[in-house]
Amino acid sequence: MKATVLVRPKEGILDPEGDAVRQSLRKLGFEVATARVGRVIDLEVGGDDVAAARSEIERMCGELLANPLIESFEIRLEER
Amino acid sequence: MSDRPLIAVVVFPGSNDDRDAAWALGSVGAESAFVWHEETSLPEEAAAVVLPGGFSYGDYLRTGAIASVAPVMDAVRAFAREGGPVLGICNGFQVLCEARLLPGVLRPNRQLEFVCRDAALRVEAVDSPFLRRCVVGQELVIPVKHGEGAWYADEGTFVQLAARGQIVLRYTEDVNGALGNVAGVVNEAGNVMGLMPHPEHAVDPLLGSADGGLLLAALVDAAAAHRLAAAQIETRASRARTARAL
Repeated sequence: MKATVLVRPKEGILDPEGDAVRQSLRKLGFEVATARVGRVIDLEVGGDDVAAARSEIERMCGELLANPLIESFEIRLEER
Repeated sequence: MSDRPLIAVVVFPGSNDDRDAAWALGSVGAESAFVWHEETSLPEEAAAVVLPGGFSYGDYLRTGAIASVAPVMDAVRAFAREGGPVLGICNGFQVLCEARLLPGVLRPNRQLEFVCRDAALRVEAVDSPFLRRCVVGQELVIPVKHGEGAWYADEGTFVQLAARGQIVLRYTEDVNGALGNVAGVVNEAGNVMGLMPHPEHAVDPLLGSADGGLLLAALVDAAAAHRLAAAQIETRASRARTARAL
């Protein structure tokens, strides 16, 4: 089973990298109000049980993939 | 057993201040032993642990995140739980936060620039053993060199930490966007400390400051005390065993 984890800076958390991206986009003439930079993690996990895979990946996020103090995460599972 | 307490300096792939730390600890009266990140135990005589600066695992994922789950960290966690002194410097601080042995997290500097200069720090609390050679309000000059040094915690945690004296060092000016200009914190028990500045680079006036030596010498004091306490526990246990055998 393939899964994608999207990790984002939590709302309200200052994201200097996103700010720098926004400023550069504006320099290029694009109208951008905000930009936030996160991370994409593509996973391939065993088994066909979607619910089990989701809860396993939630644990992965809690223990390593995201830091709950500053990041939120979203899990997208690709069923076959 | 040597008179000088043994301090374990953990080496991760990408650590680069491990040797400086060992040298500096030697200058304030400790022996040190390097412990590779794949080890699952610390040397038996280890009386303190230092997690040094550097870029462990290339700062992949988040600074300190991969190192926080390295095999050696279980041993470090157990050592800390028993009250053993653990000091994380720079990347070591990031590792301790990611390992949740210390509160908060280190984020990219607000200015998105690497800062590398002497920083003036104010001592905020001296209850933990690492600050025993300092007084509240004392100013220390210790260099910083980091790109991800902006300490952050939610407001409630921050207020609670400050009230408990767990915020031990603050920059006297905004260096990296850290909440409350926090430069160093300790855990609730006071035996685990992390700081972004590098005390091991400030142990000789010839290099601009010897203020880092105050923190490292206090660590050596704490290591000696921990070794003594461990020996007393062992003596009592051995007496109890003898008594039972009789």
